[in-house]
Amino acid sequence: MNETIGMVLVVTGLVFDFFGCLGLVRFPDVYNRLQASAKCITLGTCGILLGLICFKGFGATSVKAFLCLVFIILTAPVSAHALARAAYRSGVKPWSGTVEDEYSKDMDGIK
Amino acid sequence: MKRMRYFTGLAVIIIIAAVILYCPARSIIRWQSEFLGRAFLFLLLSASMCLYRVLRGPTAPDRAVAIDMLGILIVGFCAILCIPTGRDWYIDIGIAWALQSFIGIMALAKYLEGKDFDE
Amino acid sequence: MIKNVIMFMIWYMVWIFLSWPPEPKDIIVGAVVSLFVILMTADMMDRCDSKADIIRLPVRLAWFACYALVFIWECLKANVDVAYRVIRPDLPIRPGTIKVKVDLKSDAGLTFLANSVTLTPGTTTVDLDAGKGFLYVHMLVLKRDGRSIKAIGRFQKILKRIFE
Repeated sequence: MNETIGMVLVVTGLVFDFFGCLGLVRFPDVYNRLQASAKCITLGTCGILLGLICFKGFGATSVKAFLCLVFIILTAPVSAHALARAAYRSGVKPWSGTVEDEYSKDMDGIK
Repeated sequence: MKRMRYFTGLAVIIIIAAVILYCPARSIIRWQSEFLGRAFLFLLLSASMCLYRVLRGPTAPDRAVAIDMLGILIVGFCAILCIPTGRDWYIDIGIAWALQSFIGIMALAKYLEGKDFDE
Repeated sequence: MIKNVIMFMIWYMVWIFLSWPPEPKDIIVGAVVSLFVILMTADMMDRCDSKADIIRLPVRLAWFACYALVFIWECLKANVDVAYRVIRPDLPIRPGTIKVKVDLKSDAGLTFLANSVTLTPGTTTVDLDAGKGFLYVHMLVLKRDGRSIKAIGRFQKILKRIFE
């Protein structure tokens, strides 16, 4: 029973990882790529770690996997928006189909 | 032209996925659990797509994003390797990798921003 | 002072969990290392201005559980949405950066808000102007009063109950 739930979670995680990487390949500029991959790959890896917890049952490995999961959920968005900010500051222009861009106007005002 | 590229990519991905799903059990995968072997190969497909972005990325932030995502994927690799081999220290490697990759990416972001490190 | 003691307990617990099952040498080394970390970060903790009132703690924990449930639901919706947009051949995106007014004051609340905005449907935090209270948000499909902006408002209401 535990193994079945673990398999379902691992497959869900793999599918979301795959879509995140597909977004990394298909989307047209840095910000959209960041958008797709930061969400999908975080959830996908969390799914794989939850599957590991289901496979192993309660024990040392599961506790470590849970700590790793919490750590990834806390740090992945932080590194994502550090990279988005760095991309704007280093002068990468948004894609030509961008509708509106309020950050470029106000960028110099914020330290 | 755009449509042709889409369908070419779709065909390549479907062929690779079919090879992963239907290859004979003992030819590529020599693990106890056949399901996890195939899952590992599927994750390798995702990672190779990340590597494509590292190679082709037109700007430096593109490559930084791809490397960040590769770091999170490697934690997934460690988690999957942990189950069939029965070696529990793989998850320790995963935790250490997540920490290192986070610090590395923050330093890279500061560098791209053009600031000093002491802020 | 009390904040430092709580932080010491947290770091010590993390150390014990990472070296499960704990042996005597792990327990001693963990105490030394956590004490070292607390000594290094003591002045940083003193500068942060969160209130440590014990009476409202159960209420705040209950709201935190509520926040976690809402967060998981929004995160799943976000991923299905992105997956749908990725596999369409004509890429239905209309990206743009807009600014959103926020009225949270505490640092912890703003951090949690920025992180949850990044993991919810179609939005990523780019920068934060804490002085004027603006959050710069990159959206995959730009819509000024769509569901994504409403989701930010909902998170803000819950986080206000937790951190202020």
